[in-house]
Amino acid sequence: MPYGPHTMADRARMLATVGIDSVDELFADIPVALRASRLDLPEPEPELVLAARLESLAARNRVDLASFLGAGVYRHYSPAAVDQILLRGEWYTAYTPYQPEISQGTLQSIYEYESLIAELVALDVVSASHYDGAAATAEAALMTCRSTRRERVLVSRAVHRQYRETLATYFLGGELELDEIPVVADGPDAGTTDLAALERLLAEADRPVAGVIAGQPNFFGLLEPMAEIGRLAHATGALFVAVVEPVSLAVLAPPGAYGADIAAGEGQPLGIAPQYGGPFLGILACTDGLVRQIPGRLVGMTADLDGKRAYVMTMRAREQDIRREKAASNICTNQALLALAASVYLACIGPHGLRDVAALGAARAAELEAALAAAGAPRLHPGPYLNEFVVRVPDAPAVHRRLLERGILAGLVLAEAEPGDPALADGLLVCATEVTTAEEIDRFAAALADALADAPAVEPGARTAATAGAVR
Amino acid sequence: MSVGGSKLQSTIFEKSRPGRGGGKVPHAPHDALERIPAGARRAAPPALPEMNEPEVVRHYVNLSQLNYSIDNGFYPLGSCTMKWNPKLNEWAARLPGFAGLHPLAPDSTAQGTLQLLWELEEQLAEISGMRAVTLQPAAGAQGELTGILMIRAYHRSRGEPDRTEVLVPDSSHGTNPATATMAGFSTITIPSAPDGGVDLDAFRAALGPRTAAVMITNPSTLGLFEARIGELLEAVHAAGALAYMDGANLNAILGRFKPGEAGFDVMHFNVHKTFSTPHGGGGPGAGPVGVGDTLVPFLPAPRVLREADGTYRLERAGERPGSIGRMRSFVGNTGVLVRAYAYIRAHGGSGLREVSDDAVLAANYLKARLAGTYDIPYDRACKHEFVASAASIKKATGVRTLDIAKRLIDHGYHPPTIYFPLIVEEGMLIEPTETESVETLDAFAEALIAIAAEAYETPELVREAPHGAPVRRLDEATAARQPNLRWRPMAGAETPCPD
Repeated sequence: MPYGPHTMADRARMLATVGIDSVDELFADIPVALRASRLDLPEPEPELVLAARLESLAARNRVDLASFLGAGVYRHYSPAAVDQILLRGEWYTAYTPYQPEISQGTLQSIYEYESLIAELVALDVVSASHYDGAAATAEAALMTCRSTRRERVLVSRAVHRQYRETLATYFLGGELELDEIPVVADGPDAGTTDLAALERLLAEADRPVAGVIAGQPNFFGLLEPMAEIGRLAHATGALFVAVVEPVSLAVLAPPGAYGADIAAGEGQPLGIAPQYGGPFLGILACTDGLVRQIPGRLVGMTADLDGKRAYVMTMRAREQDIRREKAASNICTNQALLALAASVYLACIGPHGLRDVAALGAARAAELEAALAAAGAPRLHPGPYLNEFVVRVPDAPAVHRRLLERGILAGLVLAEAEPGDPALADGLLVCATEVTTAEEIDRFAAALADALADAPAVEPGARTAATAGAVR
Repeated sequence: MSVGGSKLQSTIFEKSRPGRGGGKVPHAPHDALERIPAGARRAAPPALPEMNEPEVVRHYVNLSQLNYSIDNGFYPLGSCTMKWNPKLNEWAARLPGFAGLHPLAPDSTAQGTLQLLWELEEQLAEISGMRAVTLQPAAGAQGELTGILMIRAYHRSRGEPDRTEVLVPDSSHGTNPATATMAGFSTITIPSAPDGGVDLDAFRAALGPRTAAVMITNPSTLGLFEARIGELLEAVHAAGALAYMDGANLNAILGRFKPGEAGFDVMHFNVHKTFSTPHGGGGPGAGPVGVGDTLVPFLPAPRVLREADGTYRLERAGERPGSIGRMRSFVGNTGVLVRAYAYIRAHGGSGLREVSDDAVLAANYLKARLAGTYDIPYDRACKHEFVASAASIKKATGVRTLDIAKRLIDHGYHPPTIYFPLIVEEGMLIEPTETESVETLDAFAEALIAIAAEAYETPELVREAPHGAPVRRLDEATAARQPNLRWRPMAGAETPCPD
């Protein structure tokens, strides 16, 4: 065993102390009929061999592409200090801070995380973190139901599809209702939540709504009329959940400013690597009034017996290990190490740096928009966006494949990500951040222009029918 | 003790000075945000701290030294399997090919990670005796929810929506009943038998046409193998219900007991326990779920598939209509799963069996060392952990298990899990794991024996412990009654800022 300490003499001494001859005696209580068949696994590998195997697997992934892919996970520069801190064993090999006297580091770091996110979202209560943006959004939806004692939630179709799918799964148990608010089809507001439809959905008298969920920016990168959505929700006694992207909050109005009761979102952009989907950081925050409804760990400031400032997990009566079947959620773990990453990132980058990150993304995205339009791919939606937008590309899936051959990851093919929506059949969702270079934008635009010049002329109608069938 | 000399820190907000920091990213052009309508813009910037890099790094290094961790020393926290976290695994997860891969990258550009995930699913299926595994759940508790939602879908697919009850023993983890509630079931709690095992008769009496599932932790949270598990599983299936195994204690039975072979229908793995992924101060984890044949159609989407030509891909939207759907965004906590994969490959089948053999031997050794000083409520061969109790000490001296746990801190150890399972008076659940040397086990036993002596001779010394930690016991009541959950400029006024 590679990490075990025991010599043969150690084992002999331990067996003698226990008073047995063989360790097999300690497994005698497993009924013979239920004993395991042989473990048929590969042979153990020495570290040198295993390291080479892992390097060769990692090398089979293509991370050398000029990438314009975002769609909920964003490439950002993470200052070198962030990972250096995360590599300290005192952080990553500690357990949940159940013994506060020897966990003040973790506890204070979580308190500071809660405070930093509270500043960003302008809401006072922040959980110690959830699994990811999708799970945090699902927990937010359940909070609205518990709090209003209503059983129906409305979610904008312009919220990430995977978030909506996660919501649907979390709603199975309580047999709660989830209705989708359509998106405006055309005109200046195309691609944003349809306010008239929202009003109609809220007006169904016998089906009162617990919560309304919309994203800022939304999945298509567009800015939503959040204050108006919140007003409509509140007018019928529903709560308003804002799904937010944390870097954008350096420049966009925070949820607390436009009346959101709960904010949820994916904290990955705060210094956390894409890692093919996780571990990420589920941000969940709410107003003071909802503090007893928020699931997950909370850390508070208190004092020790000498009056010295100290930190402790608090309001634990909401949690599963105390309340069991009456708990607010079954959540046990949080994403403490990722919350630490986000905190170190924010402390390193500072308020001005975060504004620069958000504004640089907007500037690069504007350059990208101009370059792609010149190459023959105009935007699909006319409304304002921050750093992500949809372009219209004839036969988008095929063009996306051709660009991949030239080392360009041309964003997300919406015909595959949002199958069945003809309005999006020609769409590519692309984004830029502060790490996007002018050279990458030039390469993308040039390759796109080539691909469009080579493409056979197809009637728009025929094209839509052909691509609508393509499903990821 | 390493953390004893560490200094408490004021908050990053108190350390902030306007104008400090910068130099990490270029400045944005002045007109970068002109396109953003005024109404959508933030009026005042968030009050984030302004610090330079040396201050930030010292803040977090000094805070880290207030923590106890595996890298510091012995951490016998029962039920949590605080084993060594191999350094190779940290290196591997940070390889740019793994860390830099976008989760929506086309399958053709993600073949290395997809192969690793596919192989890990196969390995976990072999270890558990299950047919198939999903790696999607983000943690053990989410794995439980995944499993119970699959059970719900199974009963509904058979036209039995009235199976609304989940049975759990009273020794279970709190997540089990909380999960049942979240999945829309009611929980029936079954008392344990006097020997600490499942009370077969009580289960039989509670099983019926309304039973959807039974959730069992095996070995139990008392560290005991459920010897009657075969009969229980038969009774569960005879009643038309399914059997869920909480895999929290898998570290005891690798290569000795495969839950799927024995008849469990579904189980979750806590990779941060059995497969050495670091606990991270409370997360991240990952909670893969293994299922037998009956539940395969209901697995969450997307699954990782291997094509006939040896390439790998993710399932496409709608490809498997019976799926319960998605538990979270993307495929799972891949960065955590890379570490678990490395751990399994380092050990192989023979090494994993040795892991359990040594973990169980260490627990029995420590139990033997402590018997005579502490009560051992269930004095038979334990698995990877055991319960000791200070009930007799408390009766004689007034010193409680909590006090003994806090006094262990002064002796340089992380305390065991205390007052869990709830059914043991003054219980402490001790789990040494397989990666601790016999010298460490001896020194820990001697510390606990010395504290028992202190309880008789100088009880106030134990009752007021810890004495050498960065802080003394905390005022948890005020923290809960008047919660201070975020920094405000004046929030720390009553509790003095550390120097």
